[in-house]
Amino acid sequence: MKQAALTITNGLIVGREGAPVSGAIRCDGDRIVAIGADVVPQEGDRVEDARGKLIAPGLVDLGVFAIDKPALHFGGITRAALMPDQNPPLDRSSTVRYAAQSGKPDLWVHPLAAATRGLEGSDIAEIALMRDAGAKAVATGRHWIADSGTMLRLLRYCAMLGMTVITHAEDSGLTGNAVATASEMATRLGLPSAPVEAEALAVARDIALAEMAGAKLHFRQITTRGALDLIRAAQKRGVAVSAGVTPAHFMLSDTALADFRTFCRFSPPLRREDDRKAVIEAIGDGTISVITSGHDPRGPEDKRLPFADAEPGMAGAETLLPLTMNLVRDEVIDMATAFRLLATNPARLLGVDAGALEVGLQADIAIIDADRPWIVSSDKMAAAAGNTPFDGQGVQGRVLALWKGGLKVG
Amino acid sequence: MTSANSSSRSRYPAGSLAFPHRGLLGLAGLAPHEILFLLDEAEQWVELNRQPTKRVDHLRGLTIINAFYENSTRTLLSFEIAGKRLGADVVNMSVGQSSVKKGETLIDTAMTLNAMRADAIVIRHASSGAVRLIAEKVDCPVLNAGDGQHEHPTQGLLDALTIKRAKGEFVGLKVVICGDILHSRVARSNILALTALGADVRVCAPPALMPADIERMRVTPYHDFDAALKDADVVMMLRLQNERMTGQFIPSPREYRHLYGLSVDRLARAAGDAIVMHPGPMNRGVEIDSNVADLPGRSLITTQVEMGVAMRMACLEVLTRKARKLEGWQ
Repeated sequence: MKQAALTITNGLIVGREGAPVSGAIRCDGDRIVAIGADVVPQEGDRVEDARGKLIAPGLVDLGVFAIDKPALHFGGITRAALMPDQNPPLDRSSTVRYAAQSGKPDLWVHPLAAATRGLEGSDIAEIALMRDAGAKAVATGRHWIADSGTMLRLLRYCAMLGMTVITHAEDSGLTGNAVATASEMATRLGLPSAPVEAEALAVARDIALAEMAGAKLHFRQITTRGALDLIRAAQKRGVAVSAGVTPAHFMLSDTALADFRTFCRFSPPLRREDDRKAVIEAIGDGTISVITSGHDPRGPEDKRLPFADAEPGMAGAETLLPLTMNLVRDEVIDMATAFRLLATNPARLLGVDAGALEVGLQADIAIIDADRPWIVSSDKMAAAAGNTPFDGQGVQGRVLALWKGGLKVG
Repeated sequence: MTSANSSSRSRYPAGSLAFPHRGLLGLAGLAPHEILFLLDEAEQWVELNRQPTKRVDHLRGLTIINAFYENSTRTLLSFEIAGKRLGADVVNMSVGQSSVKKGETLIDTAMTLNAMRADAIVIRHASSGAVRLIAEKVDCPVLNAGDGQHEHPTQGLLDALTIKRAKGEFVGLKVVICGDILHSRVARSNILALTALGADVRVCAPPALMPADIERMRVTPYHDFDAALKDADVVMMLRLQNERMTGQFIPSPREYRHLYGLSVDRLARAAGDAIVMHPGPMNRGVEIDSNVADLPGRSLITTQVEMGVAMRMACLEVLTRKARKLEGWQ
C-alpha cells in the first residue's frame, strides 16, 4: 500500500551551498518531489511542522563496524556503509547480499566489499560478484595492504569495475604491534608506539599506485599533517583521491590516553596536538571531504582490559552530528559544508541517489535542532555499547525526526 | 632501632599528609618530598635487616597477596621476604605468563582477590596499565611490581635509596642509564624518581631502543656511551629485553657489547668514584663485563638487592598504616 505524500513545512532547508533557507519540502513515495519557499502541503498529505529547525539530508555514514540501528537512527543516519570486518568477513556475494538487506526498510546498509579474501591482504576477492550483490565500494578493512603488487592489481581491477577503493592508511612495517603514536605520552605510559610517518608512507604509496591505475581511492581516516599534505598535493594534480576522518581525531589528541583510557584506543591511534589541528585545517580547506562515525560498539569484555590488549574503536554514531556541529560553531565550515561532509560526499562516493535535498533524490530527511544541548552519557546511549571517550561531555545538536525514503523512523 | 616515625616526623607533613596515596602504582605524580619520605622510612628496615633477628610484628594479622602475572624470581622473593619480616601473612599467586592474561579474567581475578579481603596486593603484569586497572577494582592498597613497559616504582625507589646511601645528595648528581630504554619500566621509574630529586639524568641507547620524545621526561639522550659516561657519578646498566622485542633491534649481542657494554676501560671515563648499578638479571659479557659487575667498592649490584627488601618493607608498612589505624593515618 502506497502511503500518503509527505510535506515538511516551516523549516530551514540545508542546501548544497550557502546558508539554510526557509521553506518546505514535499515527498511522494520514496522521492523528493518539490523544495522551496513556495511549497505547500497538498490535500491528503501527511504534514510535519519543522518549527523553524533545520531540514537536512539523512546522514550517510561511510564506515560503520556494526549495524546498530538504534544508535544510527539516534544520530540521524539513514544509510551506513558497513565495513567488511565482520564475522565472517564480507568477502563473498552471499554475505554481501545478506548485509545489503539487513537494515531495510528504515536503514539502508551499503556493504563494502572486502578487497581481499578474509581481509588477509593477499588474494583479491570476488569483487565483481559482490558488486552485483549490492556492494557499493571496496574496502581493505582495518588494515593496509602491505604488498604493493597486490594493491596495484586491486586498484586496476576496481578502476575497471568503477568502484572506489577505501583503504586504511598505516604502513604495517612501521606500526607493528603499536597501539599509540610515538610521542611523550606513549613513552611515559610505556605503550608500544609507531611514528606518525607510518600514515604518510602508506598514503604516498597508495597515491602513486592509484595514479598509475587510474583508480578512485578514498582514505577512510587521515589523521596526520604529513599525510594530509600529500593528499592535498595529489588532489591539486587531479588525482581521484579523497579522505575522511572521525570526530575523535579532530576532537582529541593523545593526551587523552592518560590513565590508560581504553575508550581512547583507536586505529589509527590518537595523534599529537599539531596533527589534530592539521585535521581541522584540512576539513576547512576541503582536503578532507567525509566525516564518518566509525561506529564500533564494544562492551567491557573488549574494553575493560589493559590498554594494549583492548580492542580499538568507539561507539560514534550518536555523537557524529553534534561533534561535527562544533566545527560549524567554530566557523571551520558552514552548515551546508557540514552536510556535504556527512551526507552528500559519502553518497556520491557510494554512487547512491541520496545525501542531499534535491528533487528526484531519495527522501532521506532529518529535522535537526543544531543548537539543542545534551550530555553524552555512556550509560544511557542508544548504542549496543557505551564506549565513548566523550562520556559526560556537553554537546549541541540533536535529531528531532527522521525519514528514510519518505518513511518515518521510530 | 628507632621507631617508625620519630626520625621523619620533623621533616615531613604530619600523618598521612606525608604520603597521601592509597597505593603505589607508579612514581609519576609523586612529589619529591613523598619520595624522600619513603626513602627515609626504609632506613630503619635496612638496619633491621642487618640484625640477627629480622622480624617485627607491625603487619601481624594482615594478608598480603603477591599476584605475579609475569615470571619473576627476585622481585617476588623480595616482596615475600619484606612482607614476612613485617609479620604479615604473605601468599604468592603465580600466574604463568601465557595462561590467563587476557579477557575478563584479569578483572575477575582482581575481584576474587578483593573478596578474599587482602590487606595489600602486589601485582606484576606484562601489559602497561594492567596494575592500575586492577587497582580500580579492589579496596586495598595495590603496589605495582612492574607493569609492561610502564613503571616499576619499587625498583625506582630502591635504586634511589642505593644512590642516596652511596652519594648522599641527588642534586646535580650525574646519572647514566644505559641499555634498552624503550622496553624498560625500570628506566621510566628511575627517570621519574631521579629527575624529581634533582639529578642530572642521561639515558643512552641505540636509536631503535630509545623511546620517542624521551627528552620531554627531563633527561638528556645519548647514542654514544663514551660521551654519556663522561664524569658520571652513577652508571646504571639495563638488560636487553629480548622477550619484548619483535623484529631485530640490534645486529648481535657481540655488536651491542662493542658499543654499549660496560668494561673497566669504559668505566674509567666516568668519575673516579662512580658507582655501578644493574637491576638484574645481568647478562654478563653483554651489557656488563664480569670484572665490572664484581668490582669491589664500585659495583653496588648486590646492595641494590639488599635495599630492595628494605624499600618494599617501607612501602608495605606505610601503605597499610590506614588499615592498621595508625594515628594520623585513618
